[in-house]
Parts: sequence; structure tokens; C-alpha cells
Amino acid sequence: MSDAKKTSNAGTRTIHVKALARVEGEGALHLSMRNGVVEDLQFKIYEPPRFYEAFLRGRGFEEVPDITARICGICPVAYQMGACHALEKAMGVFEQVDPAIRTLRNLLYCGEWIESHVLHMFMLHLPDFLGYESAISMVQDHGPVVKRSLRIKKAGNNLVSLLGGRSVHPVGVCVGGFYRAPSPAETAVLLPEIKFCLDDMCDLVLTLAKMVKFPQLERDYEFVALCPDNEYPMNLGRIKSNKGLDVDQDEFGAVANEYQVKHSMALHARLKDGGTYVVGPLSRLNLNAAKLHKRAAEVLEAVCKTIGKSLPWHNSFLNFLARGVETVHALGLSYDIIKNYTLPTRSRIPITPRAGIGAHGTEAPRGICWHEYRTETDGTIASARIMPPTSQNQPTIEADLRQLATQIASLPDDQLAFQCEHLIRNYDPCISCATHFLKVTRSELA
Amino acid sequence: MAAAKPKVAVYKFSSCDGCQLQLLNLEDELLDLLGAVEIAYFLEARRRELPPPYDIGLVEGSVSTPEEEERILEVRRNCKYLVAIGACATSGGIQALRNWANVDEYVKCVYAKPEYISTLETATPIAAHVFVDFELRGCPVNQYQLLELISAMLTGRKPNIPTHSVCIECKRRGLHCVLVSQGKPCLGPITQAGCGALCPGCERACYGCFGPMEQPNITSLGTWFTDRLGHSPQDMKRMLRLFNGYLEPFKQASEYYERREKNQ
Repeated sequence: MSDAKKTSNAGTRTIHVKALARVEGEGALHLSMRNGVVEDLQFKIYEPPRFYEAFLRGRGFEEVPDITARICGICPVAYQMGACHALEKAMGVFEQVDPAIRTLRNLLYCGEWIESHVLHMFMLHLPDFLGYESAISMVQDHGPVVKRSLRIKKAGNNLVSLLGGRSVHPVGVCVGGFYRAPSPAETAVLLPEIKFCLDDMCDLVLTLAKMVKFPQLERDYEFVALCPDNEYPMNLGRIKSNKGLDVDQDEFGAVANEYQVKHSMALHARLKDGGTYVVGPLSRLNLNAAKLHKRAAEVLEAVCKTIGKSLPWHNSFLNFLARGVETVHALGLSYDIIKNYTLPTRSRIPITPRAGIGAHGTEAPRGICWHEYRTETDGTIASARIMPPTSQNQPTIEADLRQLATQIASLPDDQLAFQCEHLIRNYDPCISCATHFLKVTRSELA
Repeated sequence: MAAAKPKVAVYKFSSCDGCQLQLLNLEDELLDLLGAVEIAYFLEARRRELPPPYDIGLVEGSVSTPEEEERILEVRRNCKYLVAIGACATSGGIQALRNWANVDEYVKCVYAKPEYISTLETATPIAAHVFVDFELRGCPVNQYQLLELISAMLTGRKPNIPTHSVCIECKRRGLHCVLVSQGKPCLGPITQAGCGALCPGCERACYGCFGPMEQPNITSLGTWFTDRLGHSPQDMKRMLRLFNGYLEPFKQASEYYERREKNQ
């Protein structure tokens, strides 16, 4: 990047990328090496604090999904879903939510997964793999791919708009369900386009699997994701890992601790035993592949064959293909939901406010987004805690970077910085989502 | 040789990224737009940066840290036209709720080590710091209004952005009035149009995310809410203090209801 600067003296070099492009939000990377060994590494966030957990106190519970949506413009649905489920638990109505409402929530989430995954894959991440500075420059050589991806992204946005009026900060969701359920006619209109995009995305994922070279960076991760019994995770499920974690939603807040780290001064989350863990597409896929939509399962099989690697994938660069497989899943699932859709008997369940406590996490495109609320008797919020996916992935991103930087230490500074940025983007770090990253003081190696 | 394309820069301050995302959500128009302008600085979308000056600067977000207070001055110097986009940039946004609170208490509520936090007492709109050539409302902005604004600036005409209320859009869509027919506390009568009456379209009350319309009669609507619908002054304060709460006359009205709340 143009303002990457370096300082060199006897065997020491500092690479400092001031503003990281193509991530939503603001982050920076600070890397200090001595004789090829990483001495100090910081993935910094300078997203200003906005104090959501503070000003949510005293607001009515009905207002919460509209407010938390504003944490992130790219994944507002995730913040609405987390808030709704957690508050339904606090109000004691969680079990009463109709299956038809749950299905509509999955449809809404499909829309967000599609638009967010496609945005990230094609606009933000593919340029790294193909060696372009941005999708804007990529258009000249790969115009058709960009155009096809924009069409699929639009289909995702249209699904969110169907249920919420618009794709950024949709207005249709309420605690208890939806303000209004769409008519079967409005819904069916989308079907031909979803069908087209489903077929096209299957083809695109395979094309990319053949076209893209994935850097080798294998690590032994603890993959954490929701694991419902009989569906690919979105809104429901216990929280499990490949290393034996298996907890109820309410317990996750005690198992995953957010804490401050001196070197980066950002909130990081680790499991109680001190282990780093990773959330997001790769975790979901590694733990839940058996529950993918039929079309996505077919694509996954072909992809595994093409890249010569079967699951579990331990290379974070393969998040890129995991997003592709999940996009196919979301398109396939939304096709099925719309095909079988009839107007539900009610769009929302009635709620009587009460004092309570409720916690729930759902699968944002970037991974588990976990909320916990305590309410007063009149339904106003007494306290709120929100654990976004990016803060959970922070320690893992830094550990990955340490390994990568050591592997490619011989590269010139600008190329090394580029590779590190590329790696950070594997995690699609939606830095606005990191509701409470702290201001960082810079440390420069002398 | 063709004339150089106008250079556009997109900046982010304290915000959710949703308004700049609306540019990328112009899927059908995006490639044409890229043909008409040079994206010179847009960190969310591209790595390359062209040096200033820029013809058009679009600013998302409010000013809430000492660093942002400095940076907005530089941004203004670098841009011929500066446009504030979205509720954060035009009103301070949801994070402006701190402006009525004790920021130290907020910091302690969220962070274990408050001493590391660097933040301002207030979150304020861009126009509180520098001259702004145009303000585009909305949380988020409507992507077609954004396109209209850019088109107007490229051709040197006044952008066609209505300042009337959401009610006009609601009637045009033929929706039933959720306030009159269902008694829902709809802010549509005092809120600026631009969303396309989304909330009434979803059978819910407008919550004012495009901010106050030109010359709203908040007193009249407030009296309707309190006297006929039975809402408390506290409810009124909460409704007005949301994504555009720090923008006049929502701000003044919310402070009036706060005084009434305290006198109860």
C-alpha cells in the first residue's frame, strides 16, 4: 500500500501499514522483525468506540434490534438476530416462536450471507489472490466474473429487502418475529433470479477453485461454530468445537472471555483454558458439512477434488472457498424456502415484558455474534454485552500473521505487507463489528 | 486525449460503514459510475490511493475522537466539494447519545481499562467542524439518492432531494396510515422523505432515520402521541433521540420532553 513505510537498521525491520484497505472499518498492522524472526506483531484497530453497551441501557427492548443493527452496515441482520433471540429468552418466550417465523429468519439470514459473502469474495478478497489492487482494477481483465458476482450480490440484497424493506439496516425485524410477513406472491417473484444465481454461483465457485492459487499456511485451529442437530448453522444450535467444546448458548459468555492485551490494547476473546479459537465460514464448514444443502454438498465435493484437499481444511486462505460453498448453500436454502412458502398464521408472537436475562449467538457471515441482555420489569434494558466475531478471531489472526511473516521474511517490504494484508482479509474482519476495540498507541522499533 | 475524470474520495469517520456500502450496493449502476468518475481514495474498496486534491469528497460518520477532529480539517482542505452522507455525518448518529450522558461513565461501562480510551465528550456532525457543501440524510442513505447527488454534482446542477415528509411517499405508495388507522406512534409526519416509506410498508411506525423534515410540527404530533395515544414524555424523548437525535429540531424537542419527564 502506498503509505507503507519501512525503517531499517542492523538486521531489524519494521513494516507499518497505516490504514488497511478493503476491510470494512479501520484497522492497521504493525510488524517488527529482527533477523527474520518476528519480534513484535500487532494487528491494530482504530475504530472509534461508540459505546453501544452503554447507551442500550434504559432503551425499550423493542428498540434493540433497530439499534444493534447500526453496529455494522455489512451484517445488520446478524446484530438483529442476536438481539431478538437473546431478548426472547429474557422475556421467556423463546420456545414459543413459531417454526414459520424461524424459517423466515433463515431466509433473511440467507440474504445477508449471500450479499456479504459475495461482496467480500469478489470485491474485497479476489483481487488479493489475482494480484490486483482492487476489484475496480480487476474489471478490465475479469469483467464477466465481476458482473456475474454483482448480479448474485443483488439477489442477496433483494432477499433482505423482501423481509426488511432495504438491505442496509432493514426495518422488518422485531423481537418476536417480523412486523409483517411477505405475501407468497411478493416472495415467488424472486424465484427465477434465485434459481439463476444458484446455478451461476455453483459454476463460479468451481471456476475460482481452479483459477486461484492458495498460499500454504496450515495451523492447528480450534474451530468454533453453532452446531444444530439437523440443519447447517445460522440462528440456532449449541456451540461446539473440533476440540471438545460443547456448551449451551447461555454458557458461552462464561467460556469465552474478552480481555485486554497489553501489546495491542484491543479486546481479544479466548476460551477459558486460554486457547485461541476461530469462528466463521471455515469453522462452520468443518463442523457442519454433512448438513449442507444438496447443491452446496455437490459443489463442496467437486471443490475438494479440484484442490486435492478433503475436509477438515486447516488453511485459513480456504475461508475464501468456504464462503463460496456457503453462498451456494444460502441460495439453495432460500430457493427451497420460497418454493414452499405460504403466508404464516402470524408474523410475530406476542410478548409481555418482564425482568429477565437472556443470551444467544447466531452465525454472522464472519462467525458467531453473541449477545446477552438483562431486562427490567417494564422491558427496558438493564445491561447489554455483545461479543462480535472479529474480536473472537483477533488472537488467531495475529498468530497466523506471526507464522506467515516468518515464512515469507525474505520478501521485500511492500510484498510482505501485501501478503499479510491478504491473510487478514481471510477472516473478513468487519472492524465496525468489533464494537469495542480500543485506541492503540503505536510502538515503533528504534 | 479525453478530459480527466473527476476524482472522488470516500472517507470514513465514526460509523458502521453502511452508507459507503450503499455505493457498492448500486450493483446495476456501479460499472457505469466507475466509468464516469475516478475513485481516488476509498479504503473500503481499494488499496490504491491517488494524491489529493479531489473533486468530490463523500464523508461517512461523525467526529468522536481527537484524531478525527484533526483529520476532518485535512479532508476539507483536500476536497473541492465536501458532502456529508448519512445520519452520523449529518447529525452525529446513534453514538451522539453520549452527548447527553457522562462519557467517563460510558467508557467505564464498556471497557475494563478506561485509561486506554481516547474519545471526545461528544459525537458531532461534520458540519459542526468544517463547511459542508451538501448533506445527504438517512440511516443509511438511499443509494439512489446518493447516485442522484453524484450525477447532479458531475453535471453542475442542484440535486433533486425532496425535503418534505415521509407521509407524501406513504400516500404515493397507497399505504394505509399506521398512525390514524392503527394508533402506532409514527414519526413519518415530521421525518424527511427518502426511504420510500419503508416502515409503514412493513406495517410499523416510522422511527425517523432520515431526520427532521423541513419545518416539522413536532409539538402537534407530540401532543397527539401524549394526549391521544397515551405515551409518556419519556417515550417521546426516546423516540426523538435515536439515529438523528442530536439534529435540530429533534434535539430541542427531546430536551423539552426530558424537562417534562423530570417535572412529572
